[in-house]
Amino acid sequence: MMSIPTIADPLPANASQVGRPLSRVDGRLKVTGGAKYAAEHNAPGLLHGYIVSSAITKGRITRVSTAAALASPGVVHVFTHENRPSLAWFDRKWKDEDSPKGSPFRPLYDAKIVHAMQPIALVVAETFEAARCGARLVEVEYEAEHHETDLRARRHHTYTPGNEKTGFEPPPKPRGDADAALKEAPVKVDAEYEQAAEHHNPMEMHASTVIFHEADDSITVYDKTQGVQGTQKYVCNVFGLPKASVRVLAPFVGGAFGSGLRAQHQLFLAVMASTQLKRSVRVELTRPQMFTFGHRPQTIQRVALGAAHDGTLTAVIHEAVQESSQFENYVETVVNWSGQQYKCENVRLEYKLARLDLFTPLDMRAPGAATGLPALECAMDELAYALKIDPVELRLKNYADVDGNSGKPFSSKELKACFAKGAERFGWARRNPEPRSMRDGKHLIGWGMASGVWDAMQVPASAKAALSIDGRLIVSSATADIGTGTYTAMSQIAADTLGIPMEQVRFILGDSSLPQAPLEGGSFTVSSVGSAVKAACDKVGARLLKLARKAHGSPLADAKDDAVEFADGRIRLKNDPARGISIVEAMRGEGIVNIEEQAQSIPNFLKHRSYKLGTHSAVFVEVRVDPDLGTVGVSRVVSAVAAGRIINPKTAASQVAGAVVGGIGMALLEETLVDHTLGRYMNHDFAEYHVPVNADVPDIDVIFVEEHDDIVNPLGVKGVGEIGIVGVPAAIANAIFHATGKRIRQFPITPDKVFA
Amino acid sequence: MRAFSYTRASDVNDAVHRIGTPDGDGASTAADKFIAGGTNLVDLMNADVMRPRQVVDITRLPLDTIEETPQGGLRLGALVTNAVTAYDERVARRYPLLSRAILAGASAQLRNMATDGGNLLQRTRCYYFYDTATPCNKRKPGSGCGAIDGVNRIHAILGASAHCIATHPSDMCVALAALAAVVRVTGPAGERTIPFAEFHRLPGDTPQIDTNLRADELVTAIDLPPQGYAEHLTYLKIRDRASYAFALVSVAVGLEMEGDTITHARLALGGVAHKPWRDEEAEKMLAGKTAAAENFRLVAEFILRDARGYGHNTFKIELAKRAIVRALEEAAGKVQP
Repeated sequence: MMSIPTIADPLPANASQVGRPLSRVDGRLKVTGGAKYAAEHNAPGLLHGYIVSSAITKGRITRVSTAAALASPGVVHVFTHENRPSLAWFDRKWKDEDSPKGSPFRPLYDAKIVHAMQPIALVVAETFEAARCGARLVEVEYEAEHHETDLRARRHHTYTPGNEKTGFEPPPKPRGDADAALKEAPVKVDAEYEQAAEHHNPMEMHASTVIFHEADDSITVYDKTQGVQGTQKYVCNVFGLPKASVRVLAPFVGGAFGSGLRAQHQLFLAVMASTQLKRSVRVELTRPQMFTFGHRPQTIQRVALGAAHDGTLTAVIHEAVQESSQFENYVETVVNWSGQQYKCENVRLEYKLARLDLFTPLDMRAPGAATGLPALECAMDELAYALKIDPVELRLKNYADVDGNSGKPFSSKELKACFAKGAERFGWARRNPEPRSMRDGKHLIGWGMASGVWDAMQVPASAKAALSIDGRLIVSSATADIGTGTYTAMSQIAADTLGIPMEQVRFILGDSSLPQAPLEGGSFTVSSVGSAVKAACDKVGARLLKLARKAHGSPLADAKDDAVEFADGRIRLKNDPARGISIVEAMRGEGIVNIEEQAQSIPNFLKHRSYKLGTHSAVFVEVRVDPDLGTVGVSRVVSAVAAGRIINPKTAASQVAGAVVGGIGMALLEETLVDHTLGRYMNHDFAEYHVPVNADVPDIDVIFVEEHDDIVNPLGVKGVGEIGIVGVPAAIANAIFHATGKRIRQFPITPDKVFA
Repeated sequence: MRAFSYTRASDVNDAVHRIGTPDGDGASTAADKFIAGGTNLVDLMNADVMRPRQVVDITRLPLDTIEETPQGGLRLGALVTNAVTAYDERVARRYPLLSRAILAGASAQLRNMATDGGNLLQRTRCYYFYDTATPCNKRKPGSGCGAIDGVNRIHAILGASAHCIATHPSDMCVALAALAAVVRVTGPAGERTIPFAEFHRLPGDTPQIDTNLRADELVTAIDLPPQGYAEHLTYLKIRDRASYAFALVSVAVGLEMEGDTITHARLALGGVAHKPWRDEEAEKMLAGKTAAAENFRLVAEFILRDARGYGHNTFKIELAKRAIVRALEEAAGKVQP
């Protein structure tokens, strides 16, 4: 069973807050139930909506009868495509902040059915039970059409996507001649890998509680979202409402893994019902309905590697075919990493989409990288065996100091240190490379490793800082905390910038009325919002310094800006800390009771343009395999991560450990199974969609290697939300090979694939 | 879930007289149901699979004790929870096979709620049974079987029919089958007993009927015979994850041995059929055999002689054979569990 190891606090008591392994500032609220989630907010006369899901996969509704439902006790109204209000017409009005190109799904728009379990009606009632009962009584008749949901059957019916989404880059043009180089390579591997479809399945179901304000017809929406302002914009656009009438709140989010990046249909349905009925309404999805929207797409890949006898890579080919829907062009970066992770002159990368009658896929923790890297990293392991070279050594042999795709150097890349520290902690040097060489009773033991990579991104964000005369600092931004530790990390950055104790800092987030913030995703929250928090606090600091200089007999009267520092609630001289003035004193002296500043932080594009920015990791895994019965247990994991400066080693380690658990799920358990005759996901509950349980998770050892980077952003941070999952599936697959001598290239590696 | 009425039974007789069967069809999803732990029934009502018009609460009935039987066995009251049963000192000592099987199932929370009588009556976890938009002869007779040509990784390889390839999900029942327990039931006509092997049914052309319990009969107790196989036993469960998953294949084994020779054997499989799969002929084959892998493999081949796979679940045939061999090796002390 997993336990989060105690992390030593490396800093002296009175040093900065940044870098300290502090417990979550919102931890108490979470464990005592004080933190309320989207479906836990109440209002007088709150109505409950229950969604009716389509029984077919493709076609149209020919008849819908709501009479029986309406006659059921407690039912107030039934919304269908036949009686929905007038809605926005243009596609652009339905886009959210994570939409790919295409025509976004519009709930209840018309009679057309485009995916299984599509929401087709909303029964609204005085109680949840009455709504659910009413939903069973809605009668629907359909005319079904032929559907295609089988990626294997459609893998040759593909198209090459263009620049379909912000943040996505199509694969670079081929460099060198990879196919010829592969042909000539004395040592090569060439294999097909498959990643199953997965659904995010955060613990908290998607829900929206819409509070209707009769006085002015405005609404307050408690939504499960990774971005309150994205939700607000979507609601305003779709329903033609002014911004002032829609406030979106999400102070706590019970996990998301990407599922909250887009506006999910319960939001639309709850807002529609509330504004139409002029009542407060809640709509919460059931667990099976959590399988009715985006997911990590099923992907079939070919990776071919060629090498010289000394291990030098001479050819890299990575081709991927991935599912997208009929109505949007979902894209993620699957293959580009293979042109970046290793030095190689002949590289060909190809990425194609096949349209299926399934809902549009959706970014899920490390989208693309968690799919593409495992294929590359399994192939590298196969190549290491073909070459009889240690897998770590092979990776060092082909280590890339420059991103081969762009020709740019990395702003920082301490991956070598990850290999070294991870290997040392794991005891990799003692490994006998021979498969089936370690046994403990009936179990074969295997050691495997893989590397990981993710982008270090930053996007524009704003924050406000308000310091009051009592020394309390309130900092705010419309960002989110989806369990990541945003509250804590931002408080630490703010406390440090103004030298104020943590207890006197409060960070507010998850409110659309706060300064602009991006969706919480892509591992860019600390770099983006953290930079804004620092900038806002710096502005407060500048005003404080002005006040301090003016104070009667101030020791700082002539001090230059860079000669002072903020610490212990004081502004003082760096070279003579005894000489200074307290923040409160400085404000009181000038009769100022409150200092409020807002700042925007934007990435330094000029600086970034010349570099490749990324996080890296090395993952080492031990598995115990019962070769007769096919069961696999992960018994040890060491994950060494290079992600710039770590604001809070405790919450960051928790992020990486959580991602490792997700990686165990990818490697061994998680798979959403489609019945292609019905075109329907079948294992849509937690009994049969298997996420790891405690018994599947060993102690996870997380190492953050030191990495200094003054190019990424002034804080030197890169983010740790995704990097933890990327290397895990391949490390486990490689460990299974080491244990059994058997290459399994289809994730998840379930017992049937192992023992056969 | 649909609206239903709730009544509470005052005694066993009252309970069985409260049960009504619409159109005389006790297997109808609309038939009245007893409710105890509710860990399966309420889920199925949430999923709209079971739609009883009335649930009769039996939780206050005095069926919650474990007592000695005159024959030297134990009588498990139908309302004793799975957790209390598994951790009961007498059960753990005399019937460790049963304790282990119970603890291999569900989660601690569920075992605290679920009752022994209810465990026998839990319904299949077949995806199609649970999803009302799909065909399922067990849920809606005549609608077809979605699983036969569909997603059938968790389905039956033994005793299935063209109408249904569902499995029984219980772990506890696999041990009860191996122990040859006896189910005591009471109906309007009085009390009767059902040998465990005859309690659950194969699907045949009436897959909607899981057991030979009549709709207005109540399970009151489960009798464990004196022989508990407490010395040479194992419950081996193979599943996709280490806990909280139904068995792909499970094997309950109890042996009597003299030296290295098996004198008497009990063996039942879970996860492979519509009922716990006990093969008495195979048990006879084991008697007099030395505890050796080759003997066990022959028995395993025999037990799976009529096995049939449907695609995704075909791997279970070989897996079941290996599991049988392993379980027998474990029970005979040849390998560590």
